[in-house]
Amino acid sequence: MMLMLDLILRLVLWLLLAPLLPGVINRVKAWVAGRRGPPVLQLYYDLARLWQKGVVMSTLASPGFVAGPAVAWVALTGAALLMPLGPAGAAFSFRGDVLMLIYLLALARFCTAWAAMETGSAFEGMGAAREVSYAVLAEAAIITAVLSLSVQTGSVSLVSMLAPSAGAGAVLLAAGLFTVLLAENCRVPFDDPNTHLELTMIHEVMVLDHSGPPLAVILHGASMKLLLFAVLLVQAVLPMGDMSPLAATGALAGGVLAVMIGVGLIESLLARLAFRRVPLLLTTAFLLCLFALLVAWKGNRV
Amino acid sequence: MSASTPFALLANATSIPWAEVPAWPVAELVRATAEELNRGGRLCAWFGVPEGEATCLVAVLAFDADNTLAVGRSLPFTGNYPALTATHSQAHLFEREVWEQHGLTPEGHPWLKPVRRTNGDAPANGEFFRVDGREVHEVAVGPVHAGVIEPGHFRFQCAGEEVLHLEIALGYQHRGAETALAGGPHRATMSQMETVAGDTTVAHATAHATIMEALAGTEAPLRAQWLRAIALELERLANHTGDMGALAGDVAFLPTQSACGKLRGDYLNLTALLCGNRFGRGLVRPGGCRHDLEPARAVQMLERLAPALADTEQAVAWFWDAASVRARFENVGTVFAAQAAEIGLVGPAARACGLVRDVRYDHPAGWHRFAQAPVAVWPGGDVFARARVRSLEIQRSGDFLREQLATPPEGELHGELPPPSPDMLAVTLVEGWRGEVCHVALTDAAGRFRRYKLVDPSFHNWTGLALALRGTAISDFPICNKSFNLSYCGFDL
Repeated sequence: MMLMLDLILRLVLWLLLAPLLPGVINRVKAWVAGRRGPPVLQLYYDLARLWQKGVVMSTLASPGFVAGPAVAWVALTGAALLMPLGPAGAAFSFRGDVLMLIYLLALARFCTAWAAMETGSAFEGMGAAREVSYAVLAEAAIITAVLSLSVQTGSVSLVSMLAPSAGAGAVLLAAGLFTVLLAENCRVPFDDPNTHLELTMIHEVMVLDHSGPPLAVILHGASMKLLLFAVLLVQAVLPMGDMSPLAATGALAGGVLAVMIGVGLIESLLARLAFRRVPLLLTTAFLLCLFALLVAWKGNRV
Repeated sequence: MSASTPFALLANATSIPWAEVPAWPVAELVRATAEELNRGGRLCAWFGVPEGEATCLVAVLAFDADNTLAVGRSLPFTGNYPALTATHSQAHLFEREVWEQHGLTPEGHPWLKPVRRTNGDAPANGEFFRVDGREVHEVAVGPVHAGVIEPGHFRFQCAGEEVLHLEIALGYQHRGAETALAGGPHRATMSQMETVAGDTTVAHATAHATIMEALAGTEAPLRAQWLRAIALELERLANHTGDMGALAGDVAFLPTQSACGKLRGDYLNLTALLCGNRFGRGLVRPGGCRHDLEPARAVQMLERLAPALADTEQAVAWFWDAASVRARFENVGTVFAAQAAEIGLVGPAARACGLVRDVRYDHPAGWHRFAQAPVAVWPGGDVFARARVRSLEIQRSGDFLREQLATPPEGELHGELPPPSPDMLAVTLVEGWRGEVCHVALTDAAGRFRRYKLVDPSFHNWTGLALALRGTAISDFPICNKSFNLSYCGFDL
């Protein structure tokens, strides 16, 4: 019974809190630009509105057009349940669950790209091609980051990997994971979530033909992914294992907020990269994680 | 060189009796025009004038170095003629237009297809150029776009992210502006001229008013010319500032985007202070201007102009100081100077290729005979250069306005305007913010318009955008497009 309650509470927390994050980013951007900006809860309103709308389907699309976003959302929710939340631990934890997390994220990406190609539109094929080519580099970076945590703690379970105090390579890891967060969540400088220019989009162009509830599911899944990466980044870097449960919870919440403010500031002050330079920055993120790995591996023996 | 030309010479904003325009057999006109273009002339307009069942072709050329315009025409004919485009690609859209409007077929034209003719409910685009190959894919954008912009269709041939070829099909906003003018001027003519391209209201209105004055053999009072020059620069400031903001927006650089969006409104409001309309409608009228700028409002304008210019300077400085922005604009969408000259680019797009080409300087008319802003030129031909030329022109237009507002000429606002003389041809060029706005009018025996030709700068420059995209990543299309920021309705007429 307690287990069920714990699971439900976690689900509610992930599902309800995630759409807050884009609102926070937009608020920061509006503040820097001196605008009033959309309400922090805007994404909730959007989701409610989209949920009530009908779906426009291409006559060419197979059921995969709707199934793709649904499977992607389930995969992301599963990944969220694997992610420990500070002192509360994770809903499910087993040896090697970190690999499961990475595969669930890959599954979500595959399904989004699959649904995008269902329409047969040149735009969406272009977006899917971009998304998967950059993902190759982003995944290399995140696997290296996970490896460095694993070497540091000698564990392959997320709960024990993220619990102890941060290692010597925390700063490197933070920079690397933050860059991956920006790339994976289609933020500036990799992508521009606000643009209306189809030809420059990566993620947005893949969901251009989705409407109504499937689009709501995609948007909600994207916000969960953002929360997931922020939580991973904060726990990988902050020494939360040494804190009291209350302080650790506060640190986690504060950390996620700080990451969102960081994203907002970057979006306010930086232009986005040309596509041909994206691999360069992603490789830099990979190298940062690689050096964190080296520090974790060799650092303990000095 | 122009002394030896067989064409009839005239200055900008003047007229010449139709009978004095030399007429040759069409092959001779094409040959003579080609020769003048080889010697550095520039094709401003190339159009047909119906003459009974037949049509005579008219060529209007500009000799920028000599500050002179030249006109010549063919004898009336029907059927085919040797294409000028075969040797001079700046004629290619003009010849397609003549083919579409008068049925004269340019023989040897490499890409003869409709410009803006409708097929019933959409422009008859014809066949698009296609590149074959397993790796090549076609991307079609528009005519309905994601942003709130005008309709136009873009057909890309891509290999991966690289654009091999771009073909632009317009005509979705064809309203028949030229045909509406036949037999005019009508009561609605002035309003129609102000909406040929809404963001270029002052330039088109000034061109038309000047045509009417040239046909009547008179000139607007100096104070009216001064006001037109001020309104023209305000229009340039508003649009260039908006463009800088839009360019920043396209690379997701928010500081300049947010600031410029607001500043554009400030400049539009200054135009409203002058005449009550943010786009300058209702200000310019044949024979003069409708609204005066009394000393009190001139002072107010200067007071409001200063902070707007200072803020623009700051917003544009953020833009140039950000390495992330410069990296996006440098070496993207390059049009080389030789290409620009060949296809006859005008305005900031031409000046960004290093061509010194500015009607205010080359063919001064109206107030620009007395006061000039330096021509802003930048080499390079890329998006960076086009943005750079805009920011230079913002500075220079600002200086020009400050200078001019401090020393207003005295006098009447509106002069007497006699009716247009019969059988006259008048040509006017005005440097709008996009480039050269060209109006050509021919009157009949009763002094009504027999033919009125409009050439918006966009008509010359769309080809430049297509060239800029070759070899560029398709994801850079929006910044290339914005760096030209051409008019759809000005092209579609």
